[in-house]
Formats: sequence, structure tokens, C-alpha cells
Amino acid sequence: MTVFIIRRILQSVVVLFVMSFLVFSSVNLVGDPVEMMVSDEADQAERDRVIKSMGLDKPWYTQYGLFVVNAFKGDLGNSFVYGEPALQIIVARMPATFELALVSLFMSVVIGIPLGVWAGLFPDKISSKIVMSGSILGFSLPTFWVGLMMIMVFAVMLGWLPSTGRGDTVEILGIDVSFLSADGLSHLFLPALNLALFNTSLVIRLTRAGVREAVHQDYIKFARAKGLSNTRVIMVHLMKNIMIPVVTVLGLEFGGLIAFSVVTETVFAWPGMGKLIIDSIQSLDRPIIVAYLMIIVFVFVIINLVVDVLYSILDPRVRLQDVSS
Amino acid sequence: MSEQMTQTAPPADVQPLAKVQTPLQRFASDYFENKIAAGALFVLIGIIFIAIFAPLISPQDPYDLSSVSVLDSKMPPGSQHFDGWTFYLGTDGAGRDLLSAIFYGLRISLGVGIVSGVIALVIGAAIGMIAAYFGSWVDTLIMRIVDIQLSFPTILVALILLALLGKGVDKIIIALVIVQWAYYARTVRASALVERGKEYIEAATCLALPQKRIMFRHMFPNCLPPLIVVATLQTASAISLEATLSFLGVGLPVSEPSLGLLISNGFDYMLSGRFWISFFPGIALLITIVSINLVGDQLRDVLNPRLQK
Repeated sequence: MTVFIIRRILQSVVVLFVMSFLVFSSVNLVGDPVEMMVSDEADQAERDRVIKSMGLDKPWYTQYGLFVVNAFKGDLGNSFVYGEPALQIIVARMPATFELALVSLFMSVVIGIPLGVWAGLFPDKISSKIVMSGSILGFSLPTFWVGLMMIMVFAVMLGWLPSTGRGDTVEILGIDVSFLSADGLSHLFLPALNLALFNTSLVIRLTRAGVREAVHQDYIKFARAKGLSNTRVIMVHLMKNIMIPVVTVLGLEFGGLIAFSVVTETVFAWPGMGKLIIDSIQSLDRPIIVAYLMIIVFVFVIINLVVDVLYSILDPRVRLQDVSS
Repeated sequence: MSEQMTQTAPPADVQPLAKVQTPLQRFASDYFENKIAAGALFVLIGIIFIAIFAPLISPQDPYDLSSVSVLDSKMPPGSQHFDGWTFYLGTDGAGRDLLSAIFYGLRISLGVGIVSGVIALVIGAAIGMIAAYFGSWVDTLIMRIVDIQLSFPTILVALILLALLGKGVDKIIIALVIVQWAYYARTVRASALVERGKEYIEAATCLALPQKRIMFRHMFPNCLPPLIVVATLQTASAISLEATLSFLGVGLPVSEPSLGLLISNGFDYMLSGRFWISFFPGIALLITIVSINLVGDQLRDVLNPRLQK
């Protein structure tokens, strides 16, 4: 167990270093680093100052060392647009993205599980077939286009919900959240639903498959034979067993939600990390781009590490296989 | 290579009872059993036809400045051009006929999707074959890289690459290839590992055939069926990913208007109620992706020996 965790942590560190080297080399070696790190309007004095502070007269391995040391100190340069440290700006945008991802995860469970159970219990009903076709659409529809159409219908045509921004926020533990105010909730609904589209389809399919498999098992027959009510059989006996794959897959998909929030945030002008990186790519705000890349890679390495370790605890085969290979 | 496959399938000593079916015919009749999949195939062929012959069948060349007039901009579907012909799907912000723009957009979207898919397939399949054939540390190293890459969502990898590389057709193809190769490598490796243990490979090894020949002439054709399925589904996701990236403004440049860019352009006009500029390119994208996915699903069922009667 310990050996497995140590190996996984070492692997994560290697991935982090490889990624930092790739980001560093694409910024500093392939392109012109001065042009990359200084805005176009900067004068010669500013350029000289940057060349000196970045140590560009030194060999590349010293430069890379400096980059890594600065990154560890949390110094990834100042944003051209905001004039503040890039890292700070990104960290300030993080809660909005995480809130959106969590709410959409919640939505996909609340919508997906009942529909999936229904489709699994009555596979021949027309309504179940509609649900299943809908889930195919959920996989195939491009998220951004669905988001546009949601704005079109609910914001422009019907005028029910706002289409941009985050609305009123309430501060809890120093973090601004939208879901506690009515205005914030109305702003949150469409983006979260949009982001939940893919995972809802996934949950429907997993739940349906689980239910279809479980209804013929002995423990369900036994529960029915005991004379338990239909509701209890479904809600307790069935649910417990189909939740395992659903929870596992949703845990794995959380990272994907954070990545895909880039799209949803751009469509709905949600002020999170994703919108920030797209805006920064458009305005060539390179320090922000570099900082975002390093942070997102870090976040993903951590997520993957946690998932792997949890898996090895839940399923001993994973770690045994890995140690033997 | 496909000819080799078709020749090997029916054993010569079996007497046909009723009528002789070549494997291709059997494959076709299996495929067309599912009416939805059959329809999807025809739709897909139609879309490819439109994409290839876009300049011939479009009512207007949307990127020929002499035939486009700003006076026609943002007209709703069914409006009349001053020459008398109809803008069936309306016009966009620059006065281009939307139907023609979609035809040209399909061309770019499908082109980028297919080209990147083919390159990724070739690279991924070669790497997967190498991993399976040589085994030991080569296999471990390659599959570790594949695992690590697949643990990052595709959109994130593509976004990182494009943020570093910049815009352009070549850049987005590079990004899509890097995103996709790992899926092909994993698929090919899995089926090649199964094939490697079979007798015909042993026989070929005993004949002292060169390794390259065993790998690519003997093993590879037998790894094709799952690869074809993955290639179909991956092409659909590549088209979708390209549209998403172009919509975000990090994919194709404005000079290469794919469906994603058309949708993105329409976004600006949507809040004033002009829905068609975004709506119709999206529908075209949707039909393309759904039909490719349906074809891919049916191919998976038909090519899977376990599901055969």
C-alpha cells in the first residue's frame, strides 16, 4: 500500500516537472521570451529590465531553474491586463468555477438517477425510450451550442432567466457563493444545467444499466418475497447497489467538469477560471496563461492522485497489479 | 490490406448450402438490418458529398467579396436576394447566404476532423503495435504515457496546446492528433496483444519473417475491426472538439470558417433575437456528429464477433 502511494506520488511529481518543462520551453525557448513576457507597448528600458530579471543571458538550464524556483514561491509574473500577480488573479476566480462544477454535478445526480431508474424499471415504455434517445443526444450535442440555445430560449425569447454573470453573491468563510441568494441562483441555473448535460446522460445510462442488471438478482426477489413495499425495494435495496459505479464515475468526471467549464463559462460569461484563460488567450496576457497552465496541471495531478489512491483502497487488485509490473 | 481480409474468411472445404455470401455482403446485410443506422449512413454520405462539392452546389460563394453584399446582412430565413433567389436559411452578419456558408463550413470541419483522425490513427496504431509486439519495458513506458495523457480531459490538453502554439489549421490538426493518438494506441495494443498469442503469428515467427512484416502484414489486419469503430467515434469527437475550440476563439483563424466559427459569429447577434445565424450551423454540426456516432455504434455491433448470431 505504502509502496503504491509512494510510486504514485513520484509519478505525479515527474508529470509536474515534465509539464513545467514543456510550458517553460514553449514560452522561453521556442518563442521569443521577451516578447512573450512583455506587452507590446513596453519600451526598451522595460525590456532590458525583464531580460535582466529573467536571467536571459544565462544558459537555458539556469533559466529553467529560476522558473521553477519562482513558481514554487508563487511568482509566475504579473498580468499585463490587471497589473497584479497572475497567480492571485487565478486563485480569486477559482471559487466561481468550483461552485459551478459542484452544482452541475449535483444537478446531474438529481436529474439523472430518477430518469435512469425509470428507464431501467420499465425499459419498454415509450417514455423510457424517449429518455434513452435524449441521453444519446446529451452525448452528441456540442455543449457550447446547447448553451447558446438555452440563452436563446430562456433568456431572449422567454426572458425568464438572466444569461450572463454571476448575480448577487453571499460570502461564506471568505468565499463568495451564488447559490444562497435568489438572484445568484437564477444566474447559476442555466450554466450549471448546461455543464450538467453530459454527466446527466452518463448517469442515466449507468443507472439504467445497473437497474436492469439488479432487478433480476436474488436479493431483489427476496426483498419482494418478504413483502416489502415497492418503494422500499427500489429506494433502499436497489439504490444501494447501483450507486457504486455511479459515484465512482462521477468522481472521475469532476476533473472533466472543471475542464469543460471553460466552454460554459465563456458562453454564459461566468466569471471563473475558464473565462479568464480564454480572455487571456485573446488578449495575449501570457503570464496568466502560463500560471493557469501550471495551476490546472497541478489540480489535475492532485485529482488523479487522489482517485488512484482511493481506487487502490477500494480495489486491492489495482495496487497489486501495479507493484508487480 | 482489406482484400487480404476478405480472402481469408470463408474456409474452402465448407460446402455452401443455399447461396454464397462474400464477407462484404454479409457485413452489408448485417449493417443494414438496423434501419436507423442505415439512414444515418445515407445522411453521412450526403454530408460528405455536400462537403466535397460545396463550391458547385452552394447558391453563392460566401467568401467571394463581389457576390456578397453587406446590404443583405442579418436577413431572416426565406428572404429574397436582389437577384431574385432565396436565402433559405437567412444571412449572417456580413450578408453571406447562411446555407452556402454552412456547406463551406462542413468542408472545413469534416476536413480537419478526418485529416487529424487519419494522422492520429497512423501514429497511434504504429505505437500501439510496437508496444504490444515488443512488450516488457517498451510496453510499460508507452502505456504509462498513454494512461497519463488520458487522465487529462481532451479539451484541456487541446486548450493548453493551442494556448502555446497559437491559431491556425496546422496548429489545430497538431493539437487534435496529440489529443487522439492515445486512444488509437490503446485500442490497437489491446487487440494486438490478443493476436500475438495466436498460432498464425507463431507460424510466421517460425518462418523467420522479418518483424516488420509480421507486425504490419499479419497482425495489423486482424486488429482492424475495433480500430475502425474507434476511428469513427473519434472523428465525431474531433469534429465536435474543433467546433468547440473554434467557438472559444482558440481554434481556426477567421479565414477558415468552420461550423464552430459560424456559430461563434452568430452568438453576437443572438441577444437581439437573430437566432438563425447560430442555430442552423449548430443543427448541421449536430446532424453530422449524430450520424457519425450512429454509424460507429452499428459498426461496433456488426464487427463484434461476440454479438454475431
